Amino acid sequence: MREPALIRMLADGRRLHLHDGPIDLIIEASGDPQAISAAYEAVARRFVSILDELCSELPLLRARAQENSERPRGAVARRMFAAVEPYCEDCFITPMAAVAGSVAETILASMTAAAPLDRAYVNNGGDIAIHLAGHQSYKIGMVERPDRPSLFGALEITAADSVRGIATSGWRGRSFSLGIADAVTVLADCASAADAAATVIANAVDLPNHSGITRVPAREISPDSDLGDLRVTRGVEPLPQFEIDTALEKGLRVATLLQEKGLINSAALCLQKCVRILPTTPTPSTRSCRDGFLKCVVCTPDGFTGPSVPEIQAQLELLGRTNPHA
Amino acid sequence: MPDVFPPDTVRCDACPVLCYIKRGHAGACDRYANVEGQLVRVDPHILLDRAKSQGTPLVPFLEREGDWDGKIMKGQETFVTAIGAGTTYPDYKPAPFIVSSEVEGVDMVTVVTEGIFSYCGVKLKIDTDRHLGPERNLVRAEGEPVGHVTTAEYGSQMLSLGGVHHLTGGSKSEGRVTCETLLDLCNGKEVELTIDDGASVRVAAGKPPVVNGQREERMRVGCGSATIGMFAKQWFGKVDDVVVVDDHITGVLSEHQAGKLLGVRATGIAIQGRRSTPGRYFQVAEPGTGWGGTNISDPLTILKPFKAKFAWPHLRLLMVSTTGEHFAYYELDEALRPVEKELPEALIESVGRIRENCEPALATVLFMGGAGGSLRAGVTENPVKLTDSVKRKLTRVTCGGAPAYIWPGGGITFMVDVTRMPENAFGYVPTPALVAPIEFTLKKEDYAVLGGHVDYVRPLGDVLKEKERQRQLTSHAQNPWPLKPHVESSES
Repeated sequence: MREPALIRMLADGRRLHLHDGPIDLIIEASGDPQAISAAYEAVARRFVSILDELCSELPLLRARAQENSERPRGAVARRMFAAVEPYCEDCFITPMAAVAGSVAETILASMTAAAPLDRAYVNNGGDIAIHLAGHQSYKIGMVERPDRPSLFGALEITAADSVRGIATSGWRGRSFSLGIADAVTVLADCASAADAAATVIANAVDLPNHSGITRVPAREISPDSDLGDLRVTRGVEPLPQFEIDTALEKGLRVATLLQEKGLINSAALCLQKCVRILPTTPTPSTRSCRDGFLKCVVCTPDGFTGPSVPEIQAQLELLGRTNPHA
Repeated sequence: MPDVFPPDTVRCDACPVLCYIKRGHAGACDRYANVEGQLVRVDPHILLDRAKSQGTPLVPFLEREGDWDGKIMKGQETFVTAIGAGTTYPDYKPAPFIVSSEVEGVDMVTVVTEGIFSYCGVKLKIDTDRHLGPERNLVRAEGEPVGHVTTAEYGSQMLSLGGVHHLTGGSKSEGRVTCETLLDLCNGKEVELTIDDGASVRVAAGKPPVVNGQREERMRVGCGSATIGMFAKQWFGKVDDVVVVDDHITGVLSEHQAGKLLGVRATGIAIQGRRSTPGRYFQVAEPGTGWGGTNISDPLTILKPFKAKFAWPHLRLLMVSTTGEHFAYYELDEALRPVEKELPEALIESVGRIRENCEPALATVLFMGGAGGSLRAGVTENPVKLTDSVKRKLTRVTCGGAPAYIWPGGGITFMVDVTRMPENAFGYVPTPALVAPIEFTLKKEDYAVLGGHVDYVRPLGDVLKEKERQRQLTSHAQNPWPLKPHVESSES
């Protein structure tokens, strides 16, 4: 009983909602009305085959990526592999680590190829591909716990920044994590790169062999998980401050390394209400980058002044959550 | 690909990913889950199905194009709750869903919205006789004050948690922890609370409370004195004296008014502690986890020696706790010393009956909030008319389909038992404030009269067609059907 893909406008008449199996996208394009409709038509045509393309190579995409691995053929799958390749010799990673960002990126590309747009985003469950032309910008809100969506930070991305992809990973999310971060949000040049990096950094925020952390082989929860017998995090007891600091520092070290390699722009790491920010480096080589996170995120457990309710709702919508429930 | 699965694993064929889903888990999409070995669709916006038989709460998702019409025919059997509906707060805009349906020939309208409640809290009733802490003392979660101990009720200790002063009147951390505590309690999750100069409790709505690490199983049938009153007649003639051991009031049959009325002969029994009135003793021992909430493990320790002036050899004595969990039967020997014997057949029933009459001890959570300002604006252009309509019982208020008790007086201040609401019905915003579902149901003609947003009323069938964001649940067995017309009053 295969359900057909769903393609519809949301009640606001602005946003497009696409859904097929585990893929759920919220899309909005801004610009000339004719351009928007051309872009939406292109999206609809492109979307219907995405899931089948991915599933045709699923065993390969669920296998560990290595230098000598067989390369996948599909357009989305190639982006996935390219996104995880920089990590494949250093850690266990499968192309699935970048699936959400790669789908978002592919769909966004089909829109921008069809029509000139002022700005557009494709939000795939919090992994977001964005397009910004001219002097456009987007405000983004960050959520630490999907089961209790409240913002731990907000930021603005402008066309002048190199950032075109945002992704969040953590053990409370829909995908499994080997680490204990509640949320690691990464900004990168594209969504697939952000997705893979967020996974790797979230895995690094960890306290190995800690008795207060419940870990279960991924296969026990989800029999066909790409993580197989690797033990994924299912519970983290409240930790004392020094342990939170230790775990966050480990994640931050990895994030810094990835930034030095040019894989990410900046990152925010969140564990039990504590946040570490890796700001954008003001290197002259990047195109007049602004301090994305550093400027916009105001968040300590007690220091974060919440935005007003309508603002939060607008931002949660941008993250694909139209109501305050998980 | 995996080769061996636990027996209840299902393979989902809703999309080409073909997930294997273990019992109690969801697939990669989070939309299909394995519930009791069945593939079930689980989605955000909750509809309540009025099922004829009360079975599993989740209804399998079966709507195909073919049988869709049938669903609309049964439209009056479905009620749209506000859970996941969203809110238009703080705009002066119509509520997210204003749904009409015809029920028993009457056109009804339900205004469905989620409310953001800064003025809200939880009344927590903990069935235990244990002293949790002095009245008015602070109740804390994660060290932050989130409420206080309020007036105890019969057999239960009461905590009042939340409220605007803890949510927004204290430090940011106090507000955040209060909000999380309320949210978890309302969503049925376990919360640990400590009371200043008192106990630490772990509570979850509808579950037995855990006090200082010890799970409460049963409420006592009454205090020791009340137990004597209830069972005196059943004991009369079968035993010469009964002591019901209780940390609050230990009762003695032969001295108690109930015993006197039956003509029970005085036994001269002497009990430790402070005598209150005849047959009623305070402080027979220290509080503890032994007999009847005392620290007693051997009940004879509260008895002083029997005197020859009153007592007699072979005198039959039953000692029992207020829950019937502990009991012992003695007969006096020639030297008037109690000797433990097997409980006679004739007394077994009465001890069993004490046990039967002890209800399970629970922690229960009532959410209490005030539907104010702009929430009412989502219902009508003239908010005070909604208040008036609710007061006159023309409008029924429900929370996620559960009946709400409306406190008399001004405003719409309501209470609801969170266990009668669907799971995870509550959310929050970082203001901090709780988000709770609220539905107002009234006759369509009354809705027009009170200045309702009649242009925004949509037939139920239209709402049901947006099925991809809906979740259907079976209505809670004890809840009256929210759409039933000619409502006399909300359940209270």
